[in-house]
Amino acid sequence: MNKSAQEAFDNLTETVGDAQVDKPKMRTENVNVFYGTNQAIHDVSLDIGNNEVVAMIGPSGCGKSTFLRCLNRMNDTIPSCRVEGSITLDGEDLYGPDLDPVLLRARVGMVFQKPNPFAKSIYDNVAYGPRIHGLSSNRAELDDIVTDSLKKAGLFDEVKNRLDAPGTSLSGGQQQRLCIARSIAVSPEVILMDEPCSALDPIATARIEELIDELRQNFAIAIVTHSMQQAARVSQRTAYFHLGKLVEVNDTKAVFTNPQHELTENYITGRFG
Amino acid sequence: MDKLHLDQHISHQFNKELEDIRNKVLKMGGIVEQQVKDGLQALLEADNDLATKVAQGDYEVNALEVEIDEECTQVLARRQPAASDLRLMVTVIKVITDLERIGDEAEKLGRFTRDLTAQSSGMPSYRKELRHLGELVKSMLHDTLDAFARMDVDAALTIVQRDNDVNREYETLERLLATHLVEDPRQVSQLFKITWCARALERVGDHSVNICEYVVYLVKGRDIRHTSMDKIKYEFL
Repeated sequence: MNKSAQEAFDNLTETVGDAQVDKPKMRTENVNVFYGTNQAIHDVSLDIGNNEVVAMIGPSGCGKSTFLRCLNRMNDTIPSCRVEGSITLDGEDLYGPDLDPVLLRARVGMVFQKPNPFAKSIYDNVAYGPRIHGLSSNRAELDDIVTDSLKKAGLFDEVKNRLDAPGTSLSGGQQQRLCIARSIAVSPEVILMDEPCSALDPIATARIEELIDELRQNFAIAIVTHSMQQAARVSQRTAYFHLGKLVEVNDTKAVFTNPQHELTENYITGRFG
Repeated sequence: MDKLHLDQHISHQFNKELEDIRNKVLKMGGIVEQQVKDGLQALLEADNDLATKVAQGDYEVNALEVEIDEECTQVLARRQPAASDLRLMVTVIKVITDLERIGDEAEKLGRFTRDLTAQSSGMPSYRKELRHLGELVKSMLHDTLDAFARMDVDAALTIVQRDNDVNREYETLERLLATHLVEDPRQVSQLFKITWCARALERVGDHSVNICEYVVYLVKGRDIRHTSMDKIKYEFL
């Protein structure tokens, strides 16, 4: 980091830009995350609004994935991990004693970097969530959910004649869309995506990005990506993380043409930082 | 251009590409400035040889425009620049268009001067007024190129305001020429050529204003075109 950028970071006490939106779907305030004694996230406040895609970008180790995983309590599985601050979904405390993490993860779905279909048929992959959450009362209803989810994920036409085939028999891009179908089958309100395209080729990536834009009509989406072009293409707002702090969050079009913070500028233009 | 830290990319090759583009724009600016100087000198001194040189001399500027455009296209395609790098590419592509047009205006000065010297008739040459207008425009262009080279927003905004003086001079001269034309319509051909020379100089001022506006965009990320000076002053000065 050059001297002035280092100074700018040291002096950073508040995030540059508008971290809050009107009527947020999820609101995080002053979130701190620790792994043991090591603090990974420092005082991050960020809203995810309805029908918007928020992209989180930043260098490796900046805390963007850690922060994303707080949003559906995926960090609960790491014993040394401690989350402080407030995270709410429609005003409801995510870490409150009454909240069942399993039900939460149905409301806040997640798609991972590497497509991870279950070793089951295409049909069963999508039907898995609705079955365990009891979302259908008979086979016909389940069929409808599976078909509908596959259609929303843009995969139905490609697999409609082989729903019994194993999910793992699909191509990488198709597998990722299957995972998206699986996560939307339980009617989530928010979808979290952790580098969903980094294992995919440009054509599969374009399909997923197109899908993200369609899903935005019905869901709130937070996406972590290493590809700045992807953040620029798919998101309405972009958040830049650096060494565990949220440096800047603004409209995507402003971030990529005229970022306000020197660190954001350095990162997105590939300067030493 | 230090303000933009053009030399601090992780990719040295990218640094070199941007530096190369920047140098070519500055070179193009230098050539264009010399053309305007020569065009004005030819006009004021009725120097036919210099006028011919200026009238034929903008191939180098045209070639540079094409070359810089091509290099910017390459950077856009291969580097996908963002933020200040993106603004630099957009700015350069626009600035060189204005520089090329300034070159065209200088070329016109050369052409009209040749015509004027060929049909000299002892009528008033309006040299004093043209010199005054020309000096204003020349210094405006010089300072504009300087502001671009140094990415100096304050200087750029000051230059934008100087265009009012140029416009006033031009209008005064235009009125003089119109009056003359009414009094002595036989001189119509020459009077028109003098008007066109004045017009060419006035246009150089307009193109300088455009370049200054791009400088503000490049440094501040704010597009001030078609914005009232009051609003600009409120925001920046």
